[in-house]
Amino acid sequence: MSLLVELVLLSLSTILVNNFVLVKFLGICPFLGVSKKVETAVGMSLAVTFVMTVASACTYLVQVFLLDALGIGYMQTVAFILVIAVLVQFVEMVIQKFSPSLYNALGIYLPLITTNCAVLGVALLNVQEQYDFIHSVVFGFSGGISFMLAIVLFAGVRERLETSDIPKPLQGFPIALITAGLIAMAFLGFQGLKF
Amino acid sequence: MQIKEFTKGLIQENPTFVLLLGMCPTLAVTTSITNGIGMGLSATAVLVASNIVISLCRKFIPNKIRIASYIVIIAGFVSAIEMLLKAFLPDIAKSLGLFIPLIVVNCIILARAEAFASKNTVGNSALDGLGIGLGFTGALTIISAIREILGNGTFLGISVFGSGFSPATILILPPGAFMVLGLLIGGINLIRSRKEKGGAKE
Repeated sequence: MSLLVELVLLSLSTILVNNFVLVKFLGICPFLGVSKKVETAVGMSLAVTFVMTVASACTYLVQVFLLDALGIGYMQTVAFILVIAVLVQFVEMVIQKFSPSLYNALGIYLPLITTNCAVLGVALLNVQEQYDFIHSVVFGFSGGISFMLAIVLFAGVRERLETSDIPKPLQGFPIALITAGLIAMAFLGFQGLKF
Repeated sequence: MQIKEFTKGLIQENPTFVLLLGMCPTLAVTTSITNGIGMGLSATAVLVASNIVISLCRKFIPNKIRIASYIVIIAGFVSAIEMLLKAFLPDIAKSLGLFIPLIVVNCIILARAEAFASKNTVGNSALDGLGIGLGFTGALTIISAIREILGNGTFLGISVFGSGFSPATILILPPGAFMVLGLLIGGINLIRSRKEKGGAKE
């Protein structure tokens, strides 16, 4: 199988079959927290996608040239979270400098990306699955897209929930979780796909 | 040291059902009771240790880099727990998998560091960590018990209903996680609003 086909299949299966949010349960906090409006959901997921892609590349390099080279694999968690924190800080500064309007739109969501488990999760999964550099970057990018797909779909449903008649104890968080369950059930339909 | 710092985390400020923190592990690992308890206790150990250390260092850590310092302290303890689990409980370590290193980004731990340990004495912080951690463990145990008994027909791996029972497999699949948690929080909201009404009458 040529590399290109392989990469396309990897990203398709990451987005649909093994969706980061709905199947692997990574990045649930922002998924539930910033999905009240479609606009903010899109902004957040763009930032997350960017950070996940760059973080995959950086943590791959850290793993190969620092942790493996020096034989200090047990420092993995500490090293990765530091790389991600620095990266998020850096992205924040770059966006602030070059595109103040985007910076204002993303606002408080940027620093929150550090504690998004999808980002640390993708870095650890890359090592676990022993992906090479290109596969890692593609996996990170499609993980971000899968986050975007889930959160934008969910935000669309939640916007409508605002105006519907919901039993009082279920209002707010519980109905959001049940809705997420229904979306996850729809995504189960993709499980039959085999690449 | 005050005992109320310990008890508040169990029910009143339960991290899962009331504060709604730490949702990723709550949904992901609750497919069986052993996993739920294993995850809860690992997170409790990290939470107590990191609360103690952060509380000890609270006077030296400069305000601007405090979050980064907290994350490094937490990540250190998480690595230690990960190695301990792999050495002594390899089965649990295997089934929790990715979610052990991901304790680092569990918002419960960072939230307690920022909101409590950085402002309170060592003893109180340790009690707070223990209470919140056990509240988290309790919540995970309840959710995983429901999912394992109804979704798999077993309790701690032992069959409860006999062979005639066909389990509702959907409950141990991802959608079941969302729905069980949603309905549980809904139920708790209902009980709490009833209690408040009852209190108003008296």
